[in-house]
Amino acid sequence: MGLTDDDVREILRIIDESGADELLIETNGFSLHVLRGAGGGGALSRTPRAVEGVRESAPAPAGPPERPSESENGLVTIPSPMLGTFYRAESPGAQPFVEVGARVEPETTVCIIEVMKMMNSVPAGVSGTVAEVIAENAQLVEYGAPLFRVQPDA
Amino acid sequence: MKRVFVANRGEIAVRIVRACRELGLESVVGASQADMGGMAAELADRVVCIGPGPAGQSYLRPEVVVQAALGTGCDALHPGYGFLSESPRLAALAREHGLTFVGPPTEAIELAGDKLAARAEAARAGAPVLPGGEVSGPQQARALAAEIGYPLLVKAAGGGGGRGIKRIRDEEELDHLLGLARSEAGVAFGDDRVYLERLIGSARHVEVQIAADEHGTTLHLGERDCSVQRRFQKVIEEAPAPGLTDATRARLRESAVALARRIGYRNLGTAEFVLDAETGEPYFLEVNCRIQVEHPVTEAVTGLDLVAMQLRIAAGERLGRVQEEINFDGHAVEGRLNAEDPARGYMPTPGTLSLFSVPERRGLRVDTHCRPGAVVPPYYDSLLGKLIAQGDDREQAIDILIDALEDLDVEGVETNRTLLISILGHPEFRAARTTTDWLERALR
Repeated sequence: MGLTDDDVREILRIIDESGADELLIETNGFSLHVLRGAGGGGALSRTPRAVEGVRESAPAPAGPPERPSESENGLVTIPSPMLGTFYRAESPGAQPFVEVGARVEPETTVCIIEVMKMMNSVPAGVSGTVAEVIAENAQLVEYGAPLFRVQPDA
Repeated sequence: MKRVFVANRGEIAVRIVRACRELGLESVVGASQADMGGMAAELADRVVCIGPGPAGQSYLRPEVVVQAALGTGCDALHPGYGFLSESPRLAALAREHGLTFVGPPTEAIELAGDKLAARAEAARAGAPVLPGGEVSGPQQARALAAEIGYPLLVKAAGGGGGRGIKRIRDEEELDHLLGLARSEAGVAFGDDRVYLERLIGSARHVEVQIAADEHGTTLHLGERDCSVQRRFQKVIEEAPAPGLTDATRARLRESAVALARRIGYRNLGTAEFVLDAETGEPYFLEVNCRIQVEHPVTEAVTGLDLVAMQLRIAAGERLGRVQEEINFDGHAVEGRLNAEDPARGYMPTPGTLSLFSVPERRGLRVDTHCRPGAVVPPYYDSLLGKLIAQGDDREQAIDILIDALEDLDVEGVETNRTLLISILGHPEFRAARTTTDWLERALR
């Protein structure tokens, strides 16, 4: 029995609406294994993940990409991987994760985004030197909002 | 209530933003990245990007939605329809954080989500329910099935809206499919309870709009007929439901109000029924805890603004009316215009609208988020808008809608426009003889 257009749509809907990182669908003579995000394994909400590539083709007029992106002056922008409250430090009164001038590597934590008491640490995703802190501490940041600018290593 | 977070997209987000404005409330739209350039985002006082395009990472995340509402200083949240509108989790989370949830109590949403419990409450409220009941083991299932008679349906308690239903022809199929139905239900809804129910061979779908305030007033706003469906998706809806006897109409309305009162329902909701097309007998189906896509046909015949009513009730206002003051005037018919390709089995067709032009007609209302240049993203349902025609009678309303659809110009994506026109002009529809299986049979 072949798959109809409606079946394909239903499968895509299930994948889309499921929060799962991995999905295995098996019926008679058909099996589909979906791994969401780069590499799949061990990707928790702590790391911003590249989203299925489908977004790149979406004709969305607004919103920066989820990965660090380079602007005209050679600086790289680190966007917020999710909507939430932006925190520069682990706890109130603690040292900020990074200041202007700090060296960062791709896995260096630069801030925390809180969503309903879930703390998500955001890695720089790039190596270089922090040139600017754009977002304001303890304020709401939208998905894709610029958080930092980094002078990347040459 | 001062500032309302709109946790939805498309035409209903536009509709909610407009109702907020009408009531002097501010609105904040939570849009996915794909909808940041949309009409709702533009009309609202503020828009925030809640996540990437796929709904599972934006519109379907209760924590993100509530965080966005709180972070933008909203004091209320309207969930619209679809997405998280009937998620007890969203309602509870919003309320825990001090937001006014524009919808029924969390317990009512939970109850309505449990189709078995809703069925039992409907029966206790005196509503007619189909013969059937919960089944666990094969022996008991066989005994109950013999009582009900074949063919019958096995339904998931956690299903609803056409999901989690299997048709069973005979005992052999029952033995074969019962276990499968249970395990599928467990996977799909996190609840493996299933029940058997008599199958109505030829059925109409009729639903009653309910409104209940926080002060003990529960009213019905009449009924709608939504029998023209494809794959459990409504295509054409109308109010009032044509051709019902006075006794059936009264029974439906009274059952719906009694059920709403019994379960402590508040705000707007819908009690859905199937009507046996042969006997005319109605049977309770389920309760929907949200504003419905087809609410404008009820608005047209009652002259009421249902979304404003939702907001007012949520703010604690009284309905300020008694049942006798709800008047019904004329007839209204709605057609759902979808971005679908008739040549490819009505598959959704995302794309960019190069042209979107709706005619102006007396008695015509168009609810849409579309305009030239608008993008139809691939992530969501394919609804472009709804055309609602109101006339003195059914014939006139249908004629206005056909006329409007013929002058509708949409380019850039394929639509179901010609399908809508041919349904509206079909003798079976004209005669109000359509049943829920009619459209799919007619399309073959």
